[in-house]
Amino acid sequence: MADTKFLHSKEPTGDLAGKWERHKNEINLVSPANKRLIDVIVVGTGLAGGSASATLAELGYNVKSFCFQDSPRRAHSIAAQGGINAAKNYQGDGDSTYRLFYDTIKGGDYRSRESNVYRLAEVSANIIDQCVAQGVPFARDYGGLLDNRSFGGVLVSRTFYAKGQTGQQLLLGAYSAMNRQISRGKIKMYSRHEMLELVIVDGKARGIITRNLVTGKIERHSAHAVVIASGGYGNLFYLSTNAMGSNVTASWKIHKKGAFFANPCFTQIHPTCIPVSGDYQSKLTLMSESLRNDGRIWVPKSKDDAKKIREGSLKPTDLKEEDRDYYLERRYPAFGNLVPRDVASRAAKERCDAGYGVNKTGEAVYLDFYDAVIRYGKEQAQIKNLDTEDKDLIEKLGKEIVKSKYGNLFQMYEKIVDQNPYETPMMIYPAVHYTMGGVWVDYNLMTTIPGCFAIGEANFSDHGANRLGASALMQGLADGYFVLPYTIGDYLSADIRTGPISTDTKEFEEAQKSVEEKIEKLLSNKGIKSVDYFHKKLGKIIWNKCGMARNKKGLEEAIQEVKELRKEFYISVNVTGKNKGFNETLSKALRVADFLELGELFAKDALDREESCGGHFREEHQTKEGEALRNDEKYNFVSAWEYNGEPSEAILHKEELTFKNVELKTRSYK
Amino acid sequence: MKLNLKIWRQENNKSKGELRDYEVSDITADMSFLEMMDVLNEELICRNEDPVAFDHDCREGICGSCSMFINGQAHGPDRLVTTCQLHMRKFNDGDTIYIEPFRAKPFPVIKDLVVDRSAFDRIQHAGGYVSVNTSGNTQDANAIPIEKKDADKAFDAATCIGCAACVATCKNASAMLFVSAKVSQYSLLPQGKVEATDRVLKMVKQMDEEGFGNCTNTGACEVECPKGISLDNIARLNREFLKAKYKTQ
Repeated sequence: MADTKFLHSKEPTGDLAGKWERHKNEINLVSPANKRLIDVIVVGTGLAGGSASATLAELGYNVKSFCFQDSPRRAHSIAAQGGINAAKNYQGDGDSTYRLFYDTIKGGDYRSRESNVYRLAEVSANIIDQCVAQGVPFARDYGGLLDNRSFGGVLVSRTFYAKGQTGQQLLLGAYSAMNRQISRGKIKMYSRHEMLELVIVDGKARGIITRNLVTGKIERHSAHAVVIASGGYGNLFYLSTNAMGSNVTASWKIHKKGAFFANPCFTQIHPTCIPVSGDYQSKLTLMSESLRNDGRIWVPKSKDDAKKIREGSLKPTDLKEEDRDYYLERRYPAFGNLVPRDVASRAAKERCDAGYGVNKTGEAVYLDFYDAVIRYGKEQAQIKNLDTEDKDLIEKLGKEIVKSKYGNLFQMYEKIVDQNPYETPMMIYPAVHYTMGGVWVDYNLMTTIPGCFAIGEANFSDHGANRLGASALMQGLADGYFVLPYTIGDYLSADIRTGPISTDTKEFEEAQKSVEEKIEKLLSNKGIKSVDYFHKKLGKIIWNKCGMARNKKGLEEAIQEVKELRKEFYISVNVTGKNKGFNETLSKALRVADFLELGELFAKDALDREESCGGHFREEHQTKEGEALRNDEKYNFVSAWEYNGEPSEAILHKEELTFKNVELKTRSYK
Repeated sequence: MKLNLKIWRQENNKSKGELRDYEVSDITADMSFLEMMDVLNEELICRNEDPVAFDHDCREGICGSCSMFINGQAHGPDRLVTTCQLHMRKFNDGDTIYIEPFRAKPFPVIKDLVVDRSAFDRIQHAGGYVSVNTSGNTQDANAIPIEKKDADKAFDAATCIGCAACVATCKNASAMLFVSAKVSQYSLLPQGKVEATDRVLKMVKQMDEEGFGNCTNTGACEVECPKGISLDNIARLNREFLKAKYKTQ
C-alpha cells in the first residue's frame, strides 16, 4: 500500500529483561517542586484511571479526575469477577516472569508487543503486594497465606482472587487510594461528567470539554497532559457484558483529533455467559472463567437428544455419561476445559451451529459441576473420616465446597435463569466481553497526540488478538500504578516552565462550540425512532457480520449497512428533552453516534486483516480442523488507523512486530 | 403481563414531585425490573414524552448504581438482589407497583428516581483508606499471614456496593451499616489497624455532619442489603468507636 507508514513503538533497545529498568533509569524526572505546577486530567476511574489518578496525585501532580458514573467506585472494573494474574510463583508450580510473558504473548496469538508484555509480567508481582498493603481482602488458605487458582490458556496457578468479586475489591482499593488524595486536595473529582472533546493547543493535548450530566453545562478543563482511561468499546455490539454506560466516546474523540486507533476488530467473545433469552434484553451477564476450573462443558452426542432437551422432553441430568460430548476435552486434551477464551467460544459456536445447542434458541451449551461436586465431596468425606460410599453425603459435602468457591456466581445465575445450578447444569453461550483493540500507544503509553496518553482497556497494547483470563485487571493496575506515573514524567519534564494552561483561548472556544453544535443538532432533530432502536440495529449488524466468525462478503456488507444506519440516525432519531438538566437520552445519543462511526472502522479493520488470529476469525483462513490460521508473513503487524473523514477512509499505519524472545509458532492447546 | 405503575416524577431538586400513573403491557417473566422500565421509556420516547430517569449501569448487581424503592422496599420484594437483578417473575399480571427513589435528607433528588449519593463518597474521603503509597515498594504480600476467618469476615464486609439501600430503608435514615462495613473491613486486617482509631472517629464525624440519623438497631438495613452485610458490623463499629473515644480522651 502506497500510503502505508511505519510506526515506531519507542521501546528501549537491549535485552528484554532489562528494558524497563534501564528505561526508568534513563528517562527525565520532574522535581517535587515542579510537580506542584503541573495539572493532569484523567478520564475514567476504573482500575487504570483510578490507580493512575491516585498515584499521580501522590507524586505531587494536580489531578482532575472525571467519570460519568455518580461515583468513581462504580466504574465497570467493579464487575470483573474471576481474578488477577501475577507471577508470584507462591504455588511453586514453575511460574516466572518469563512464563507469564510467554503465556500472554502466545495467548494473544503473537499479535502484541514483546517489550510491553514483558514489562506487564515484570510488575505483576508488585500489584499483589500493593493491593494487600491497601487492605484488599484476597482469598486466603487456612495458613493465612494467599490462595491461587488457575485460568484459561495456562498450566500454572497464578490467579489471585476475592471470591467472584475480584474486580470490585481491587477497584475499591484504587478508589480508597483516590479518596486519600481527594481528602488531601490533590485530586479534584468530577463525577457525573462526560468528556465530549479533546482540546489541542500547539499540537499538544491541553484539555477537554465535558458535559455535566446533572446540569447539562458544557465545561472547559485544562491540563498539561490528558490521560484516557475510559475502558473498552464492547457496547458497540449493543449486547455485551459491559455496563450500560460503557462507551467509546473519549477514545473516539481523541481518534478524530489525531490519535491512531489500533486493531479495532480484535474483540473478545467470552465463552461462559448466560445465553440471550429475548429481544428486550439489555445486557448479558458473564459467568466467571474461574468456573471452568471445576465445570465441564458438554453438549449431547446425538442431535436427537439435543432436540429433546430443547423441547423439554429430556432432562440433561438424565443423559448418560457416554451420550455426552465433552467437546473441549475431546478436541484439546492438554488444556481441556481451560483452553483460552477465543478457542472455547468458537468451539461452542461450532457445536451449536451444527445443531447440538441445548436451550430453546439452540444457542447454549452445558457447564456442569456434578463431577466437581463428587470429587470435592469424596475428598471432604475422606478428610473427615466419613463414609465415602454414601452418595447423598458426598453430594452434600461437595456442594458446600462448590458453594464456598463460586457461591455468588451460582446465586447470580439462579436469579437470572430461575434454575438451580447445584441441581442441573448451567447453560452458557459466548458473549462480547472485552476489546483488545484500542487507542494505539507507544512504549510510554502515549498516543500519537503528544501529551495524550491511553491506559487500561482503552489502549491496545498488551493482549494482542486475544486476552487471557485475569489479565485485564493486571494490565489496568500495572498501567495506572506502575507504568504511566514514570513515563508521563518524561513527557512533563518539558512542561515545568509552561505555567497554568488558560481555557480562555480560541482552541477551547472552538472545541466547546463543536460540542454545543452537535448537541443542538441532535436535540432539534424531529425524528421518530429512539436511540436504542439504532443501537440495537447496529449491534445486530456487528454481531452477525463481525462477530465470532467473519468473511469478506459479510464485512463489506457491514461497512455499507453501518454507513446507511448512521445516515438514518441523523435523519430519524428522536432525542427527547433539552440540554439543561439531567437527560440520559441525550447522553446515550452522543455515545451511540460515536459507536456508529467506530462500527465502520471495525468492519474495515476486520476486512483488511486477511488472516485469522485470536478472537479475529476469518472463515477464509482456517486449518482443516477449523483452527485459526495466521499469516505471519503478511500480517505480523499492528494495524493503526488514522482518521481521515469517513471511518472507512481511514489511513493504515503499521507497527511491525518483532519476536526475538519467543518463537513465532502456531498456537496449540491440544 | 400487564402492570400499573405509580412512578415518582420530579423535574429537579427544586421542584415538587408526585406519583404519576403509567401502564405497561407485554411484560414477560424473564425480564429484569430495569428492562421493564426500558420498555416503558421506549414507549414514552415514541410518544415524545420525557422518559423516567433512573440510575443504572452494570445491571449485574455489583456497581451499586440502581436504587429504586419498589412497593415500599429498597430494591423490591426479592432478597439479596439489587433492582437490576430483580426479575418480573416476582410480580403478577395486573399488579400495581409503586416506584420511588431512595429517600433520605442527605440524598437530594436529582431527577425522578435519581438521587445524589455523594455523601457516601465524602464519608469515604474522611477515612476510608489505608495510608500507604502506591509505589509498589511494600513488603511481600505473604509477609503477614492473616487468619482465614478474619480475612473472610473482612471480605464479607468489603462486598458492600454502596447502593444506600440501608439508608433508604432505615426509619432514621442511618448510614451505620455502610460505615460499619468499611470500618470493619479495615479493623479486621493488620494493614488497617494502624489508623483504626483515627479512621473510625473521622468517618463517624462525617456521617453525622452529612445528616444521617442514628442507629436504633431495628435491623431493617440487614434485611434489605443486597449483599447481606451483617448487623455484626454495626456492633463492631460501635466497639471500635468506643475504643477510639477512650483512647483519645
